[in-house]
Amino acid sequence: MDFAFSADQDELRASARRLLAERLPAERIHALADAHDPRNEAVWREFAELGWVGLSTPDGGGTFLDEAVLLEEAGAALLPSPLLSSVICGPVFSAATTDTATDLTADPSTTTTFAGAAGTVATRADGWSLSGDQSEVVDLGVAGQVIVLATTPAGPALFLVIPESRAVTVHRTTDGTRRIGTLTLEQTAATLLAAPATTAGLLPALRRRAEAGVALESVGVAQRMLDVAADHAKQREQFGRVIGTYQGISHRIADIYVRVELARSLAYRAAWCVATSETEPGALSDQEVDVACASAKAAATETAVFAAEAAIQVLGGIGMTWEHVAHRYYKRALANEVYAGSPAQHRATVATALLGAVR
Amino acid sequence: MDFRDTPEEAAFRAELRTWFAANLPAGWAERDPTAGLEDPEFSRAWTAKLFAAGYAGITWPKEYGGLGLPPTFQGIYLEESARHDAPAHIGVIGLGMAGPTILAWGSDEQKAQYLAPLLSGEEVWCQGFSEPGAGSDLAGARTRAELDGDHWVVNGQKVWSSYAHIADHCILVVRTDPAAERHRGLSYLLVDMKTPGVEVRPLRQITGDPEFNEIYFTDVRVPRASMLGAPGDGWNVAMTTLLHERGTLGFALTARFEALLARLVDTAKATRADGVRPADDPLIRDRIAALAIDLEALRFTNYRALTALVKTGVPGPEGSVAKLHWSEANQRLTKLAQDVLGPASRLDGSDAWWGGFWTYQQLRSRGNTIEAGTSEVLRNIIAERVVGLPRSR
Repeated sequence: MDFAFSADQDELRASARRLLAERLPAERIHALADAHDPRNEAVWREFAELGWVGLSTPDGGGTFLDEAVLLEEAGAALLPSPLLSSVICGPVFSAATTDTATDLTADPSTTTTFAGAAGTVATRADGWSLSGDQSEVVDLGVAGQVIVLATTPAGPALFLVIPESRAVTVHRTTDGTRRIGTLTLEQTAATLLAAPATTAGLLPALRRRAEAGVALESVGVAQRMLDVAADHAKQREQFGRVIGTYQGISHRIADIYVRVELARSLAYRAAWCVATSETEPGALSDQEVDVACASAKAAATETAVFAAEAAIQVLGGIGMTWEHVAHRYYKRALANEVYAGSPAQHRATVATALLGAVR
Repeated sequence: MDFRDTPEEAAFRAELRTWFAANLPAGWAERDPTAGLEDPEFSRAWTAKLFAAGYAGITWPKEYGGLGLPPTFQGIYLEESARHDAPAHIGVIGLGMAGPTILAWGSDEQKAQYLAPLLSGEEVWCQGFSEPGAGSDLAGARTRAELDGDHWVVNGQKVWSSYAHIADHCILVVRTDPAAERHRGLSYLLVDMKTPGVEVRPLRQITGDPEFNEIYFTDVRVPRASMLGAPGDGWNVAMTTLLHERGTLGFALTARFEALLARLVDTAKATRADGVRPADDPLIRDRIAALAIDLEALRFTNYRALTALVKTGVPGPEGSVAKLHWSEANQRLTKLAQDVLGPASRLDGSDAWWGGFWTYQQLRSRGNTIEAGTSEVLRNIIAERVVGLPRSR
C-alpha cells in the first residue's frame, strides 16, 4: 500500500503550479472571465509545448495519475483552458487508430471537447456526415475539435468534428472561466473515431474520467479557498485582534481544512482507480472504479462549494465584491457541482452498490 | 501510488483471515450484536489468544513481545479485525497510550517491568488525566504528589477513567511543584491500582453502563522509581501519550465505523413491522451513501497518513482530522439507525432490535465528540498547528 505520488509527479505539480501562478494572476482571471470572449489563453500553448496535453495518450508517456496532478493545479489556478475536456477525451484518441482506416485527422494535442449524443449520422459519398443539436457542451468555442457521440445504424459511435463557426453558439455563463455552448450540426463532415463496439467500451471510461477529473479540479478550487480564508484570517484585525484568534473564525477554517483533506483522499483514490483500470484492464472491478469516482465527485464538488462559501464568510464584505477573486472560485465550484452528475445522483450509485437496487 | 497490498502485506492479510476463522468462537459471524460492554473475562481470554499469535503488538519491538512490523501491518490487522467483527484487546489504554509512552520515556527497568504483561493482557491500564476541574485544560490538573522519602504521596481526584474498575495500573498526571507555572509543575506517575488509598467509583453514563470511573487518591504512596521522565516532565510525557492516542486511533475508529455501517445496511434491508423496507426509501439511501463516502474518505485519509508516517517517521496531523470527522460521522450513522428503525427504535432491552444495540450505540456516540480531545480542542489544534492561525488563547 503506497498512497503517494512519484517524485516525477511531485515535480510535475511544482512546475505546473509555478507556471500557472505566473501566467494567471488574479487580474488575468478577472479580465478573461469578464471578456465574454472565449479563446484559448496563451498558457495553453505552453502546456502543449511542455507535453502536458494528451499525457495519457500512447505518445504522451503518462497515465491519468499524471493528468490528475495537472487537473488539481488547474483548478487551484482557475485555468480557463479546456484541460478537463482534453483529459476526458484522451481514451478516444488512444482507441481511435484501431477503428480509423486512413488519415486520422484527430490530433490529441489540439484542444478537444466532448459532445454527448448530438444526433444522427448519414453517410456521404466522401465519408460520414452528422446532423443534430447538442446543448451544454463544455468548452465549445474554445476547443478546436469536438468528439461527437452519434447514432449509426449499427449503434452509437464516436466521431470527430471540426465545427465551422456558424455551428457553434457560445453562451454567457456565470463561471466566465469555463464556457458552455450549443453545437448545431447540419450534414457536417465527420471522421469516425470509434465504431460502435469500441464506443461501448469507451463511454464508461469517459464518464469516469469526467467524474474523477471534476473531483480533482474541485480539490484545487477548495484548497485555494482554504488558503484565501486562512491568509485573510492571519492579517485582518477587528476589535484590536487578528480575527484568526477568534474561534468563530478559526473553527470554520479548521472545518474547511478537514473537508479538503477528506475530499483530496477520495479524489486521489479515484484517480488511481481510473489510471489502474486503464493501464491494467481487469485489475479492478468495474463497481470499485465506479463507486470510487462517484464518491469523489459527490464529496469533492460539495467540498469546493462549502470551502468557497466559508471563505466568503471569513472575508466579510470584501468577499462579496466583484473585485475579489473569491466569487470566481465560487462560480467554478457551483458549476463543477452540477457537471458530470449531481452529488445526489452519485450517492445513488454508491447506495445501489451497497444496498442493491430499490425493490 | 498503489493501493493494493504488497506481496508481504497480502500474505499477512491471508494469514490473519485464516487465524480469525480458526480462533473466533463457532457461529461468530452469524450472531447478532449485543448492546453494552464486552464481558471482561471473554476479553481477557481473547487477548491471551491474540498475544500468543503475536497480534497484540504488531508494531512493537520484538524484545518486548511484538512483531516489529511497520505500521501498515497494524492497519491491515485493524481492517481484518473489524471485518470479522472480532473482539478488541482488553488493554486499549495500555496498547494505545501507556505502552507507547513507556517505550518512548521509560527506563530499561520500567520497560522490562511493564511492557510484556501489558501486551499479553495480564495487566490492564487506565488513564488518570482528566479531573473535575481540568478536562480539556490538562495543564490545570490539581491532583498533587509530594515527596516523602522514597515515595511520592498522591492526593486528589481523577475522572472519566475507562477500565479503572478492572485496571492494574494507572498513567497518572500529578502536580509535583505547586510553585511552578501550570504545565511546568506537572509530573507523570505509573501507579499500582492496588496501592492503599486508591478508590475507584463507577460513573453511570447515559447508556446506563458504568463504562467510566472516578478515581480518588488519599495519601497513596507511589515509589519514586515509578515516575516516567523526571519531575516536571509530566506535560511533555503526557503529550507523547496524546499524540499516540490520536495517531493510532484513525485506523481503529475507521475499522469500527466500517463494521457499524455494515450493521446499518443489514438493519435497513430488513422489513419493519409496518411493512416498510428502509433500503427502498430514496432519502434513507442518500444518507447511507453519504456515510459510505465518509467511510471511504476516512479510510483513504488514514492511508495517506500512514504513507507519510512510513516515509517521514513522524505522525502527521491527520490523526486529529480522522478523530474529528469520525466522531461526527458516527453520530450521524447511529442517529440514522433510529430513523431506519422508526418508532421501534424507542424500545429498550430485550424488546428492542438486537437487544437495544442501536440505542446503546447512538447514546454512546454523544461522547465521541468529547472524549480523547473534544471537537473544539481538535479544531484549535488544526487551526493553530496545521493551518498556522494565531493562538486563540
